[in-house]
Amino acid sequence: MKTVMTVDDSASVRQMVAFTLKNAGYAVIEAVDGKDALGKLKGQVDMILTDLNMPNMDGITLIKSVRAQAAYKFIPIVMLTTESQAGRKQEGKDAGATGWIVKPFKPEQLLAVVQKVLR
Amino acid sequence: MEDIHRQAFRDEAADLLHELEVALLELEDAPGDGELINRVFRAMHTLKGSGAMFGFDDIAQFTHEVETVFDRVRSGQLQVGKQLLDLTFQAKDHVISLLEHDGEDLSPFMARAEAILAGFKTFDQAQADTAVGASATPEACGQCGSKEPTGQGADVEEVVRRVRMKPRPDIYSTGNNPEYLLEDLKALGQSLVFVHVEDIPPLRDLDPLSCHLWWDVLLTSQASESAIRDVFLFAEDECELSVKTLETTGEVELKKLGEILVEHGDISQEAVERTLGGQKRLGTLLTEAGLLPAKSLDAALAEQNLVRDKLERRKGADGGSSLRVSSEKLDVLQDLVGELVIVQSQIGQLAAMSENPSLHTLAEQLERLSDDIRDSTLSIRMQPIGSTFSVYRRLVRDLSAETGKEIDLVTSGEETELDKTVLDRLGDALIHLLRNSIDHGVEPPADREGSGKPGRGVIRLSAEHSGGDVVISVADDGRGIDLAKVRRKGVERGLIAEDADIGPDEIMDLIFQPGFSTAGTVSNVSGRGVGMDVVKGVVNSLRGSIEMGSTLGQGSVATIRLPLTLAIIDGLQVQVDGQGFVLPLDRVEECMELRRRDLSANGKGRIINLRGDVVPFILLREWFGSTGEPPDIEQVVVLQVEGMRVGMVVDQVMGEHQTVIKSLGPVFRKLDGFSGATVQGDGTLSLILDVKRIVQMSLGGARQMHSVDAPGAVIPARLLS
Repeated sequence: MKTVMTVDDSASVRQMVAFTLKNAGYAVIEAVDGKDALGKLKGQVDMILTDLNMPNMDGITLIKSVRAQAAYKFIPIVMLTTESQAGRKQEGKDAGATGWIVKPFKPEQLLAVVQKVLR
Repeated sequence: MEDIHRQAFRDEAADLLHELEVALLELEDAPGDGELINRVFRAMHTLKGSGAMFGFDDIAQFTHEVETVFDRVRSGQLQVGKQLLDLTFQAKDHVISLLEHDGEDLSPFMARAEAILAGFKTFDQAQADTAVGASATPEACGQCGSKEPTGQGADVEEVVRRVRMKPRPDIYSTGNNPEYLLEDLKALGQSLVFVHVEDIPPLRDLDPLSCHLWWDVLLTSQASESAIRDVFLFAEDECELSVKTLETTGEVELKKLGEILVEHGDISQEAVERTLGGQKRLGTLLTEAGLLPAKSLDAALAEQNLVRDKLERRKGADGGSSLRVSSEKLDVLQDLVGELVIVQSQIGQLAAMSENPSLHTLAEQLERLSDDIRDSTLSIRMQPIGSTFSVYRRLVRDLSAETGKEIDLVTSGEETELDKTVLDRLGDALIHLLRNSIDHGVEPPADREGSGKPGRGVIRLSAEHSGGDVVISVADDGRGIDLAKVRRKGVERGLIAEDADIGPDEIMDLIFQPGFSTAGTVSNVSGRGVGMDVVKGVVNSLRGSIEMGSTLGQGSVATIRLPLTLAIIDGLQVQVDGQGFVLPLDRVEECMELRRRDLSANGKGRIINLRGDVVPFILLREWFGSTGEPPDIEQVVVLQVEGMRVGMVVDQVMGEHQTVIKSLGPVFRKLDGFSGATVQGDGTLSLILDVKRIVQMSLGGARQMHSVDAPGAVIPARLLS
């Protein structure tokens, strides 16, 4: 079973993501910001879904930190952006993100993206 | 589900708004504090993002505006002042109202919203951000999630495109995987994939974390170009992508190979012209001259072929692109190919032993060429079985009318290809099976209705490729086979003893015994004296097998399995007591060492422990009755036979060997356990073992005994310890 880490300071988004992914058969680790995520990043984590705007450590910094760890150098990392953040999309890719989903998104869209990058 | 999330959002929003209030109050005292500004921004941002997620569109739209303003504050374009804070407090209150009155008519609040937003606007004159109007309901990742409508109805034309994808070497470092991209591409239709290996650096420069490969994919699909590009949505930056539609309509001239290569950028125009001066074909010349890697040639050739095929198909089936050839000529060709393979194998062995590098290279090329010739020749004779199927429809109609029954023939797998000789010889056998179903299987309509079946019976004739075999089955929904009756008949005809203790499989096999056939039934089409035993004989002579299955009252099915390639197989050469034998390589799983003295003490347990699985084995030395001492270390070749793993113990495993099967000839027809013979590289003869038969025989049972009584049979029937 694949494990997805979802990082977002919004509890409702975390809840929806976790619900959707668990129903689709993934294990989910929740983190509230980048710092929390790094703390929880150990063992089997197959993919990361992260918001960009978070306190304590934002998404871009998180992506860079994850890519710097040998064990997680190649895992898929998908950013959650809002459409007004087009510029940040490129920043995220430069930092090493795999792809993105624009909020708001529906559960099916989330699953489609996960299946696109995680097999 | 929706409600849980909405409630979660309400709770969260309440927290956020409270936090927002706190931050705003603090901001009043410290208007330049970056962290506080951030908190306000984030609160708005989250309210907007999550609000939109869970359907609170009014809140989302509203907070979007505020967020935009605070974004500008963040980047230092605007200063925090009393006016801004007042407006923000009002905004906060407005959001609270929206939350409290969620589900009700919110129009009374709209005026207030307008006023607040107008306030923000005047506060920030230079708000060039056009996000105002456009962000009503921000479009979610439309491409990621929604499936592009592929084909609006059945009329969507299939287009052939060349998709060239060149990932950057560091593509993996963003978590992208070219394999997934290829998979997604292939899922759009039918594809031919060519991998380019010419950019792989020498080993010492090779970085295993980088991607040094790139691909040309010839894709035939109904998907639009944007659907194709969507596959690369996330990898656009990491991948050079070109999608080109190959012209397949009307008056387009077939492009010359050189043109295609120049277009691909694989070769320059002058190189083409320079080389065209010679006599050989362009592609060969280019590869020989080292100007062109083989894969580019393959890709270009395939493109040329694909386009040509499509064009021909458009012209119509009688485009004059097929040829009648006498089968004798094909037989001669096939024999010659067989001989060629033998000689090639001898050369191969010699080359392996010599030190001459050019000889090695040539021998390798020869092997590749002869493989290709072999495959080509074998495929010449392959024909789709559908041509035979259509003949049977008429037959079934006539026969069923004759017998007063109502039967429909349903066919599937018409495109399954078989060698022509097989097809011819199988024809009569299939007719017999169909006759059986019609005569004995399907009941008359009255009987069928009486037992609750539809009055019209169905016979299903199907063909498919499975593993390396072709499986053809004839199934009916008739009365099935009554095993008790079969058994009685077997006793009557003297095939088994009255009190013989045999299982249902063996009873079923009686049907295939000579002398069993129901002599009473005669119909006009039969005339050829075909009985089930002859059917089995034909199938066996094609190195296939036939099985009957049945459920009483519901129907029966005859299943024929035939190996695809008749005459040449990949074999594993082994030695037993100085004699060479060949085992079919496609059944070999692995080889292991065996020391006799490690066998269990009582010497009877002929099993090995293969990583936890128990695998029984047959000592071929014993099977062949060899006297003499076995070597200390023998080899067990583990084979997959009839769904079981079985080992065969030999003295030595020599290696892989392309085996041309020569039939043993009529003198040895009754010899069980051999599929033929072949000539080894050094000119000596090896017998090819029919492993399925050997296993069957060793699993034993009285019914196998009689087949071994023939004079000249070498194999002892006893085997089970």
